[in-house]
Amino acid sequence: MTKVFTDGLSFALPLLIMAVGAIYSEKSGVTNLAIEGFQGFGAFVGALVAILIMPYLPKSSQIPIYVAMLFAAIGGGIYACVHALLCINFKANQVISGVVVNILAVALTTFFTSSANTALLGTASNKFILGVSNRHSIPLLSKIPWIGGLFQKMYPFEWIIIGLVIVFWYLMYRTRYGMRLRACGENPQALDAAGGDVVKTRWIAVIISGALSGIGGICFAYSIMANYSPSIYMGYGYLAIAAMIFGNWNIPTTVLVCLVFGIAKAGGQQLCIAMKLSGNYTDLFNMLPYILTMLLLIFFSRRNHPPQACGQPWDHSRR
Amino acid sequence: MNEKKRRGLAGLLTSDRWANVTVSVLAVVLMLVTSSIILLVMGKNPLVAFRSFLQGCGFWPKANYGGGSGMLSDFSDFLNILAPMLLAALSFIVAFKTGLFNIGISGQMLLSGFLATILVGYMKELSPWIAKPLVILIGAAAGGLLGALIGFLKYRFNIHEVVSTIMVNYIISYTTGFFINTRYVDMLTRSSRICTPAARLTWTKVEIGQVMCNIPLGIVIALIAAFVVKFIFDKTVFGFELKAVGTSRRCARYIGVNVRRSIVLSMAFSGIFAGLAGVTYYLGYTNTMVPKTLPGMGYDSIAVALLGSSSPIGAIFASIIVTIFQSGANYMSSSVGVAKEIASLITGILLLFAACGEFMKMLGSRKIEKEEDARIAAMQEARAREAAQKGGTDR
Repeated sequence: MTKVFTDGLSFALPLLIMAVGAIYSEKSGVTNLAIEGFQGFGAFVGALVAILIMPYLPKSSQIPIYVAMLFAAIGGGIYACVHALLCINFKANQVISGVVVNILAVALTTFFTSSANTALLGTASNKFILGVSNRHSIPLLSKIPWIGGLFQKMYPFEWIIIGLVIVFWYLMYRTRYGMRLRACGENPQALDAAGGDVVKTRWIAVIISGALSGIGGICFAYSIMANYSPSIYMGYGYLAIAAMIFGNWNIPTTVLVCLVFGIAKAGGQQLCIAMKLSGNYTDLFNMLPYILTMLLLIFFSRRNHPPQACGQPWDHSRR
Repeated sequence: MNEKKRRGLAGLLTSDRWANVTVSVLAVVLMLVTSSIILLVMGKNPLVAFRSFLQGCGFWPKANYGGGSGMLSDFSDFLNILAPMLLAALSFIVAFKTGLFNIGISGQMLLSGFLATILVGYMKELSPWIAKPLVILIGAAAGGLLGALIGFLKYRFNIHEVVSTIMVNYIISYTTGFFINTRYVDMLTRSSRICTPAARLTWTKVEIGQVMCNIPLGIVIALIAAFVVKFIFDKTVFGFELKAVGTSRRCARYIGVNVRRSIVLSMAFSGIFAGLAGVTYYLGYTNTMVPKTLPGMGYDSIAVALLGSSSPIGAIFASIIVTIFQSGANYMSSSVGVAKEIASLITGILLLFAACGEFMKMLGSRKIEKEEDARIAAMQEARAREAAQKGGTDR
């Protein structure tokens, strides 16, 4: 039972940071289906840097993980500029731009992973082997029955993500920039009239979105997969988007949704092990989060309130 | 028209008739330039690389052929993969014109392919004349029903189609993967058992002039489908209603269109084409299904639709261009020695430029405006000078 909470949390938090990224972009009025591409590209940059510095550090050093997270954020942020440029300046259709950005990310990273491997290691593998991050338990809290699992064997990145989510929650709901960002997604004309800069606000939001997604991606690479390969495009970015919509574009509710997703996924796996079913049945349990989303959306979607201006390119002269 | 011609590229970009075509052609040209640069940086001759893409698809004769194969066999294989690509692009176009995004083409393809495979593909004693139409029918029905379900969820429960299709994609991928792994798996290849030749939508190993070809049935379906879509949108009331809903939902309701019905029907139609794409892909091209793998074609087709500026005829050309790069990649990779992943990179670059279409049009109209301004300014200046001269003589 405790394992459900442990695994659930380590899945939920990377998902959450990507969902927060998606919220930033959409709240500013830029539809973002590109999360999947952002996280993959960010993770690629992070993993590449980690591979490059690993030979210079002692074997079990944990430093590459933090460096990789930093560079994943930078890489994701830079790659997000493509989406921002297409959606904000070039006024392309935002859903299509998202799809294009995803396809391009898969193509770029697959191509460069094999090129980099050939150049650095001399093998034409499409993987960067990263290993798994160390895990720590918190002394007292992990002894609590039932929910103690939440504090057992935590990856260090989980703490970073929790910290980042709080910071970005504060930025969105308690600062002047956050206020402008939300206005930008609801009524950009009002923001413009009040003297704000719609283009700049949206650019910053999309870049934040890319950076946060990149962190989510590298965390998946360091926990579940233990390497970077094209299999990072497993659809977690889309799941994050689902979490965002289900959480009604609201950071606190999205936290809950991600936890539910994580626990549903981990619970399914543990149930499968407990019932001694063959590995094939894990597939059926793996779809639990998706089915859950579908069913819950049927009940809750009516009350959903997406940002009003989401998906419309900003036009100065339109009203 | 003369006026337009004089203005060159900018004129083409702003004309109602040619703007979309110009954007697509420009995207292709820019893609060729960019990928040439990439190839040059890698130290390869881009012309040789592009020629080997064409050779891989049977558009250009290869240096030598294996026994029993020839240019025609390459070309028929190319048509075989072109068919599902075109159908999937049509599927996206139908929904897109109604203002809906069918991101779930992959899932609809997978489901229809799976159902057709297990229902017909494994039946041993069935005449091809019954099996083949049955496969097509099952594909269309499965895709259509799934599409209609998405449309229903959209209008009844206000679930955005992008979200529901993504969820459904993964649900289908896991479910079909589970059944293939537990019941229909081929122990050797780890994918599903191949289906009977009777059910397959390709006549394999037909001899044409000493060359073995795989004649695809799918391409005929796909081309017919393209013209059906064109007819529906250009000539029928139903098509007009769909376009009206796509342009402005409120306005469509005002002129008396049943918006909800249009949404469901459009998604159903879109699903039918996706289903056809599924059966032509799984029972025509691959003949087997890899468990838990969504066909990437479902997403690539969105790109094809975009490149074809969401017109069915444009989609034919766009799918040919994209497919050349994807299906010629293997030969290119073996003959030129560039990783075959470059094909998807080239496709990605092409899409990126195609997505900049609005921007290109904007640049075009800006240039024309500038020219116009300059002309008016020059005219005013001339008039002022004239007036000044006249004033001078009067005095």
